[in-house]
Amino acid sequence: MSALRQIAFYGKGGIGKSTTSQNTLAALVEMDQKILIVGCDPKADSTRLILNTKMQDTVLHLAAEMGSVEDLELEDVLKVGYKGIKCTESGGPEPGVGCAGRGVITAINFLEENGAYDDVDYVSYDVLGDVVCGGFAMPIRENKAQEIYIVMSGEMMALYAANNISKGILKYANSGGVRLGGLICNERQTDRELDLAEELAKKLGTKLIHFVPRDNTVQHAELRRQTVIQYSPECNQAKEYRQLAEKIHANSGKGVVPTPVTMEELEEMLLDFGIMQSEEDRLAAIAAEETKSA
Amino acid sequence: MPQSADKVLDHSKLFHEPEYKEMLENKRAKYENATPAPQVTEILDWTKSWDYREKNLAREALVINPAKACQPLGAVFAAAGYEGTMSFVHGSQGCVAYYRSHLSRHFKEPASAVSSSMTEDAAVFGGLVNMVDGLANTYALYQPKMIAVSTTCMAEVIGDDLNSFIIQAKEKESVPADFDVPFAHTPAFVGSHVDGYDNMQKGIISHFWKDAERKETDSINIIPGFDGFAVGNIRELNRILGEMGVTYTILSDVSDVYDTPSDGDFRMYDGGTKLDDVKAAVNAKVTVSMQEYCTKRTLEVCEKAGQATEVFHYPMGVQGTDEFLMKMSELSGKAIPDSLTKERGRLVDAMADSQSYLHGKTYAIYGDPDFVYSMARFVMETGGEPTHCLATNGGKEWKAKMEALLASSPFGAKAQVWAGKDLWHLRSILATEPTDMLIGNSYGKYLERDLGIPLIRLTFPIFDRHHHHRFPTWGYQGGLNVLVKILDTVLDKLDAETGTLGETDISFDLTR
Repeated sequence: MSALRQIAFYGKGGIGKSTTSQNTLAALVEMDQKILIVGCDPKADSTRLILNTKMQDTVLHLAAEMGSVEDLELEDVLKVGYKGIKCTESGGPEPGVGCAGRGVITAINFLEENGAYDDVDYVSYDVLGDVVCGGFAMPIRENKAQEIYIVMSGEMMALYAANNISKGILKYANSGGVRLGGLICNERQTDRELDLAEELAKKLGTKLIHFVPRDNTVQHAELRRQTVIQYSPECNQAKEYRQLAEKIHANSGKGVVPTPVTMEELEEMLLDFGIMQSEEDRLAAIAAEETKSA
Repeated sequence: MPQSADKVLDHSKLFHEPEYKEMLENKRAKYENATPAPQVTEILDWTKSWDYREKNLAREALVINPAKACQPLGAVFAAAGYEGTMSFVHGSQGCVAYYRSHLSRHFKEPASAVSSSMTEDAAVFGGLVNMVDGLANTYALYQPKMIAVSTTCMAEVIGDDLNSFIIQAKEKESVPADFDVPFAHTPAFVGSHVDGYDNMQKGIISHFWKDAERKETDSINIIPGFDGFAVGNIRELNRILGEMGVTYTILSDVSDVYDTPSDGDFRMYDGGTKLDDVKAAVNAKVTVSMQEYCTKRTLEVCEKAGQATEVFHYPMGVQGTDEFLMKMSELSGKAIPDSLTKERGRLVDAMADSQSYLHGKTYAIYGDPDFVYSMARFVMETGGEPTHCLATNGGKEWKAKMEALLASSPFGAKAQVWAGKDLWHLRSILATEPTDMLIGNSYGKYLERDLGIPLIRLTFPIFDRHHHHRFPTWGYQGGLNVLVKILDTVLDKLDAETGTLGETDISFDLTR
């Protein structure tokens, strides 16, 4: 067995992280890799497509029920899904109470101490939204994920989030050795999306690992709580995910320390691509509107 | 007023002067709105019934008087055993004051530890700045040779990453880049002080062994574990192993820092395991843990480094010492000297001499998992019955181990094991199924007063009796100390029970 490889998927909320990661991992398992998914999201939907059902027994849910994490057994929280992929969810408090970040720390510590990481080739963390606090940075600390894959699209806020996540990675890159594996663009059909994604990748000092085209099959599969790989193994989209999986598999040790840009630079980039108007252009446009209506 | 500069009364007398008595009575009558005495007595009696015991043992959402402390206390204790080491606890100040006072009250020695004094802004923005400033200040003010970092709950809840913080602090030149700053995450809301001890030992050993190239030698590492009697026990260990001629390194030796002589020179650090010895300890062929539950994670590091490991459960009493000495003899190839064999004979002789007073006595024992194991075994060796064995920080695995031990002797036949229960549970248990004696720490004095069961103080913390920790409980000599403590209590109890003039004093004998 080769050394354990740990990767993590980050990205703006709603960008399709969980969908992308689960489809990719389903493709990876076809390549005979033993995989463990650690869902780090209180919503606990990082393993739904692999398990074909929503995980009910999250680490924290059961810990709360039993009184303490120490009373938990690994098999209570480790479920096996599509082609033997092991799935766990950290779970966490309901919206508006408690501390989800601490939940992630607790869950990951529990899994590590109880041998969940033994006998797997890949550990994949699926982390919610942004790196909002210390807890959500847990997967990128020392001895955790070696490469981060940022799922993004051509939308402004997704680019902004990708840049922010890069800042988080940079913070931990020196001490923990975490690297940016690359960007995964999940197509939203915005203007010049591929160009934009490639340009951002260049600015961050990384590469666009794969451009995942938009395809309704993903929706159909998702409604059936399945990955595309499982739902329609021969379709085009399944091939896309297989390509992505191969690229990630071949990307081991090729991550970089990202070079995040300032907000101004990011906006400038959008200007260059004609997606955003400069302030002068915008004022001129407003003036023109006003003269027209006057 | 009764208090005057000429004759200063201690508070144990002062509040019994008429002025204070009157004031307190007045306060009770007028302002306290207290429940009438008969009702108090009625409830108090009810709390000693089987009815209440069942309710108490079914308790789920509350812990009352747990017989355990929190992780950072164990971490501070472990770190104190290294040469010139200052404990730096990343988190809030009050927590650190607790570790210091807890250790000071027990050892009657100053216990040093610093805090990164996190306040609300640090809780919001993360404690990096506190770490950077704190390490610089600690280094400048207290000139340590090593700073061992642990954490309080606050830093843990917000997820501060010590590894990254320490590297960043070094980049900002808080301490020199090559200065030793091992660390351990010690969330106080997980586990207990024995886990904190374990985590810190693991942190320190991993720090020094990380990039070391191992060349195996014949040396043996010994990890003593969290122990209130460490001062006496480590010195006894040194004596025993010295007599055997074993080459060994104790990893975390607190015997000098918690027992520093008054010779006119204050020193913040005294003794401790030399840092060079910790580095060299990677080469040892085996690491021996004196307390398994204090070293589970640490021993994993030792095994990964390529060492063999051996574990004991606080080896005390005849069998405990036998097993320890035979194992050390096997590992080192050195014979057990006659001097030690003689000590064994003396302990066995003493136990036999007092047999008639010890046989069939029943005990309730509480404390850390390793201690309770060994104490129960020693009690059975004296012909006593360890009727109730309780460890708040003991789990399922410990319970199974205890039950196997108790099943190995007829004296354990009636014994019950209480894992995860607290001292309020124990109160109910002892009120309904009393024992002759209670073995524990100072907190047991409330049970003693409440239930009239004499307490023998044999484990941490002992706040209200002085200097017992300076005498060993390990080895045959230590066994003798423990035996004498038990016997003193047994015989005091007998005197008290036969001491009523003209009533029970037919047995108030001079010779026992």
